[in-house]
Order: sequence, then structure tokens, then C-alpha cells
Amino acid sequence: MIHVVDYGRGNLFSIVQALRQFGLEASVSGRPADVERADTIILPGVGAFGDAMAALDGGGLTSPLRSAASRGVPMLGICLGLQLFMESSEEFGHHKGLGLIPGDVRRLSDAGHQDPSAVRIPNVGWRALRWETRDPLRPAAYEQTMFYFVHSYGVVPREPEDWVASLTINGDRIASVVRRGAIVGCQFHPEKSGPAGLAFLRAFFESAMGRRTEGGRVREDA
Amino acid sequence: MTPTSSIAHAPSCGLSGALPVRLIARLDIKGANVIKGVHLEGLRVVGQPAEMAHRYYADGVDEIVYMDVVASLYGRNSILDVITAAARDIFVPLTVGGGIRSVTDIIAALRAGADKVAINTAALARPDFLREAARAFGSQCIVLSIEAKRRGPAAWEALTDNGRERTGRDVLNWAEEAESLGIGEILLTSVDMEGTRKGFDIDLISAVRARVRVPVIASGGAGFPDDVADVARATSCDAVAIAGMLHHGLETLPSLKTALAKRGMTVRL
Repeated sequence: MIHVVDYGRGNLFSIVQALRQFGLEASVSGRPADVERADTIILPGVGAFGDAMAALDGGGLTSPLRSAASRGVPMLGICLGLQLFMESSEEFGHHKGLGLIPGDVRRLSDAGHQDPSAVRIPNVGWRALRWETRDPLRPAAYEQTMFYFVHSYGVVPREPEDWVASLTINGDRIASVVRRGAIVGCQFHPEKSGPAGLAFLRAFFESAMGRRTEGGRVREDA
Repeated sequence: MTPTSSIAHAPSCGLSGALPVRLIARLDIKGANVIKGVHLEGLRVVGQPAEMAHRYYADGVDEIVYMDVVASLYGRNSILDVITAAARDIFVPLTVGGGIRSVTDIIAALRAGADKVAINTAALARPDFLREAARAFGSQCIVLSIEAKRRGPAAWEALTDNGRERTGRDVLNWAEEAESLGIGEILLTSVDMEGTRKGFDIDLISAVRARVRVPVIASGGAGFPDDVADVARATSCDAVAIAGMLHHGLETLPSLKTALAKRGMTVRL
């Protein structure tokens, strides 16, 4: 069962609809039991880090998520969901994250509004990524393919091998796709990135589940 | 594998050189129809929101903004249903504006499938609404909509209610104040240029952009690809809202992108 964690943050409707485009159904709830029994987990999210961690804690979701990660359950964190995978964030003070990926979350540098070539913060818009590895999630036309971002903070994984793709914003390099074992995160919104985003989601499920979608059904890959 | 961070590349963002300017289709909604006017007035029906949004999505639009032109006057109508229908199979950001007056309205818009809300009238009536909204939903969700009417060589007044009501507020000061309250973007519409196909108010876009640090969306006046290229070059604006040029079939998104690429601009393919 694919489970989308609902803790009151993020556009869950679009994620569920995106999965339906290639025949996958997902359950959506904030129940810890649903996280415990999921075989793939999506952690979405927009908004503030500390507030989101408090919502996960308050909903009893922190320990089922950590436990799923330690069992090797494939997980995809989207935007703030990726940031929550990290150890800590400096957003409005210092907050501890889920600690599934070594590294932290930092405020994007504001280069000032006098420099016309500076990226404005929040970083809003479609960006091409620098792909660091030949990950299964890398699109065929990876140099041209753009994804939709909207964020003011970025993740900096400590281990170089966890960086799958990156983005450089006003001189700071942040990770835009992260993978550590079965745990994957993306800073962009695949559910808002058009056909490229749908292909990314599909590739995640194919690589995560070792399954292939066909004719609207999910079947075990032979 | 070691990341190859030392390889020289564009100052920002990936490998593709300059940042692409976001091409946003703006759908002004009245009831069940998309309408278009001149100076936000004299509105005519130009099509149906579902058909137009799907066509623009298939053609590669970067984002869609829905503005309910009557909600500020008569209260709620069916724009949330329009959003829900779009969110089912359109996977680009959707922004809804017109009649967003409370945190409850924002929740309703987001539940309907919107990613962001655009706020004008309610924010001018009570600026602190922007602070509450940004705190509750994050800055990335809150777009300040400004309807700017030129009052001098470098002065604009913020209007409300689709350009019908005066406020006496200076646009530049208002933009700066709204930014301090936590908004994430500004949708900046020139009432003077809107619907004229005579190009954007470049002075306006430049002046606002110089006063704030958040992304600015230029709106009002796009008639030809050169207008889009001109405003992007002259102001470095982050995004451009296009309505009549697409609605009236003067350009399609592919033809516009081709024209912009020929002029050396980065576009999303």
C-alpha cells in the first residue's frame, strides 16, 4: 500500500491525482497505523519546518516514520517533506528533524534586490537540475528537464553520495534530489512539474517497489 | 560518487544558463466563463475555463492563475469548482484570486486544489490579513495581487475590486509594506495597459521590483512575443502573466516559446 502522510500540510489532492495518472492508488491519512503498514510512504509538505515537526510529533507520526525508515520502507519526501528527513533546520530558530538523512536545512541566500541576475527568495519557478549521479530518477533529457520549485530553505546533506541532483542559488549549492538507501527526497514539486514531474514520480515507484505499472495495474516485476 | 561541484556553470540554477521566465496563463473568470476586457472593464466571454486550461497545460504553460472578477462584489461563486476540476489532471501550479477575504477562504481554496491564493482587496482593507495568512500557510502560498493605475511619471495608485475602487495607496509603498508582512510573490497588473496589447508598463514593473525582494509577476499589456521579451529584459521580472494574447489565439504557447527562444531567452521546453 502506498501511503501519503496527511499532517495538515501540503497539496495532497494533486499528489493522489498524479499517482492515478499511471494507475497507482494511495491511501491518505494521518493515522500512525497506516504509516506502520505502508509499503511505500510519501511525506509531502509546505510551510514552516518547526510547525510541521510539531504536527508530526503531535500526531504520533514521528516514531512510525523513523521505524519505517529503519525497516527499509521506500519513502519519498517532497519539498518540506525532504527537509523534514534531515537532522535539523535553522528556520525560525533551531529545530530537530526526523534525522533520516545526515545534514541540515539552511535559509537560501538572499543576494539582494539590486542584482538583476540574483535569484529572488522564495525561489519560485521552473529550474533545470545539475544531476550528480546516474540515478534511476534522472530523466533521459536530464540537462533540459525542468521542475517546479517554491521554497526559501534548502537541504545540505553531509554525505557526498547522498546528493543525486543539485541546484546553485545565489552561490549556495543545495540538494534538489537526495537518496539515502530507500529514502528519496526532492526539493521541487513533482506533482506540479507537468509531464516531467509525473515521469519522476513514476520512476520513483518503479525503482522503489521493483514493480512496473501496466494497463493501470501494479504488478510484481518478474 | 563525488559531486562535481567545481565545474563552472551559470551563476544560478542548474546547467541551462539564465533562469527561465515563468509563462503564466491568466484566466479571468466570471461565473462559468473566462472573460477578457480592456483596462479590466468591458468584459467579454472568450471561452470555458476547463477547455482553455487543459489546452494551455497540454501546450506547456508554466502556471495558471484564476481571477474571479466578480467575487469581490457579490461573494462566492463557482470558481472553487473550476479549480477542483483543473487540479484533477493539470499538474502545474494553480493560483486562485478574487474574493479571498479570510483564512477560511484560503483553506477552501487550497482544499479545492489551489497551490496559492492571490489577495488584493482584503489586504488593502486590513494589511494584517497578509501576516496571518503567511503565518498560517507559509509565504510561498500568499501572492499579493496589485492593480496599479498610473498617477504620474513614477507614481501609481493601488486599486481594488477589479480596477473599480480607489484606495489612495501608493503602489510602491504598499508593495514594500506587504513584503514585510510575509507575502511570497507579487502579481502586478497595470490597469492602464491591461487588455491593450500595447506592451507592459515597464516603469511600473521595474519600480516595484526595485523596492521588493520577492518574485514579481508582470501582468497587463502582452500583445506580442516582443512585449514579453521586452519586459523580461528590461525588468528581469520572474514571471509574465498572459491572457488575451493566448485567449484570442494571437499566439499559442509553443509559438510564443519559439519566438522567445529566438530572442535568446531561456524557456521551458
